[in-house]
Amino acid sequence: MTPAPLVVVEKVNKHFGDLHVLRDIDLTVDRGEVVVVIGPSGSGKSTLCRCINRLERVTSGRITIDGVALPEEGKALARLRADVGMVFQSFNLFAHKTILQNVTLGPIKVRKLAKDEARERGLKLLERVGIADKADRYPAELSGGQQQRAAIARALAMGPKLMLFDEPTSALDPEMIKEVLDVMVELAAEGTTMVVVTHEMGFARSAARRVAFMDGGRIVEMASPEQFFDQPQTDRAKDFLSKILAH
Amino acid sequence: MHVVLDNLPAFLRATRVTAQLTVISFLLAMLIGTLVAGFRVSPVLPLRWLGTVYVELVRNTPLLVLISLFVFGFTKIGIRYSYYASAIIVLSTYTGTFVAETVRAGINTVAPGQAEAARSLGLTFSQLLFAVVLPQAFRSVVAPLGSVFIALIKNSALASTIAVMDLSFLGTQLTNSTGRPVAVFMGSAFFYLLLALPSGWAIGWFERRVAVKR
Repeated sequence: MTPAPLVVVEKVNKHFGDLHVLRDIDLTVDRGEVVVVIGPSGSGKSTLCRCINRLERVTSGRITIDGVALPEEGKALARLRADVGMVFQSFNLFAHKTILQNVTLGPIKVRKLAKDEARERGLKLLERVGIADKADRYPAELSGGQQQRAAIARALAMGPKLMLFDEPTSALDPEMIKEVLDVMVELAAEGTTMVVVTHEMGFARSAARRVAFMDGGRIVEMASPEQFFDQPQTDRAKDFLSKILAH
Repeated sequence: MHVVLDNLPAFLRATRVTAQLTVISFLLAMLIGTLVAGFRVSPVLPLRWLGTVYVELVRNTPLLVLISLFVFGFTKIGIRYSYYASAIIVLSTYTGTFVAETVRAGINTVAPGQAEAARSLGLTFSQLLFAVVLPQAFRSVVAPLGSVFIALIKNSALASTIAVMDLSFLGTQLTNSTGRPVAVFMGSAFFYLLLALPSGWAIGWFERRVAVKR
């Protein structure tokens, strides 16, 4: 018997007013699996990612994480979110706190860890993402790539079951993309369960177990990276790939 | 000039009363205002509603009317505070509405991503408010809060209407006893300036000190 999947998305629909951004989405993510979500802008991939930790509320359908349905806003939802790390396109580091304070805030406030212990673990995580020397700097003093690595460390500090990446490299200069992807590839290799919304096809090819291709609010294709990139099944995916891989 | 110099000890005493009245009321107003600003951005509808009603009612009533209503109204139903305590209660309740609106404006300057990141970590609403949003909100509204403080220094003059012996009360009193209103109130004005000007400088200094680097 295979263990139950970590994330189950069932028949999810999301409307923003008249806009129908997610249409009957079904998706499961197994433990230790990396699922990369790609697709054109406006296809709903970021919204899907944000629905998984309920930063956006679904209009209908059901999402469960580790067998628990996403609760309504409140303490139970906060507890669940503590187990789901989120990395944003715009980093969203706390501007008034140092890098180390950014990383220790969650463990101290939510996990009730002692300050010293949180500090020690935070420093280790910063070392792991290669910015231990920036521990006492403020976010604005770091480059984009360093900020995003700090944001990844902040999410990891909670010891999450699942990591969500919402276009983590889209706001970065080309030479900084690699340093962030390197960290993500390492996480994937360690068996972290990840849902990654990205335009980085190289990352999808090398780190994903499955690729979900979204268009118009639907998952139109779901396949292994080899199959998706080499033999896309749908015309829409073929068209998309021909446009982004042409150069 | 002589009137002021001759009564210098009385002026200094009255300056101290005005300063005390202002500082105590301001601290209470900050407490009330921050709480109410939290209410107004809270996910709980009744709290938002309560915050709005408080701000709209109190902010739009003249301070002098509030003072009279509080002192005479409450006396009528048997509740009595000293005039000094009454002045502090009304001044802080009134100023609290301006603090609340200023802090709320500050909250609105904090990028939504900051709260989203805090929620993603599993912080509850009050944790994210106090650990993430408010510290940044306050930093961006030091100057307007300073204006609220300076307005309060001057608004506290209305406490003189209920016999609190502040700078304005002294002015009225000395006018009655000396018949020299211009000299006397020039003296009062001078001591108000003595409180307000350094406050302005301190606020400017504080604002530069706590500015968030972006």
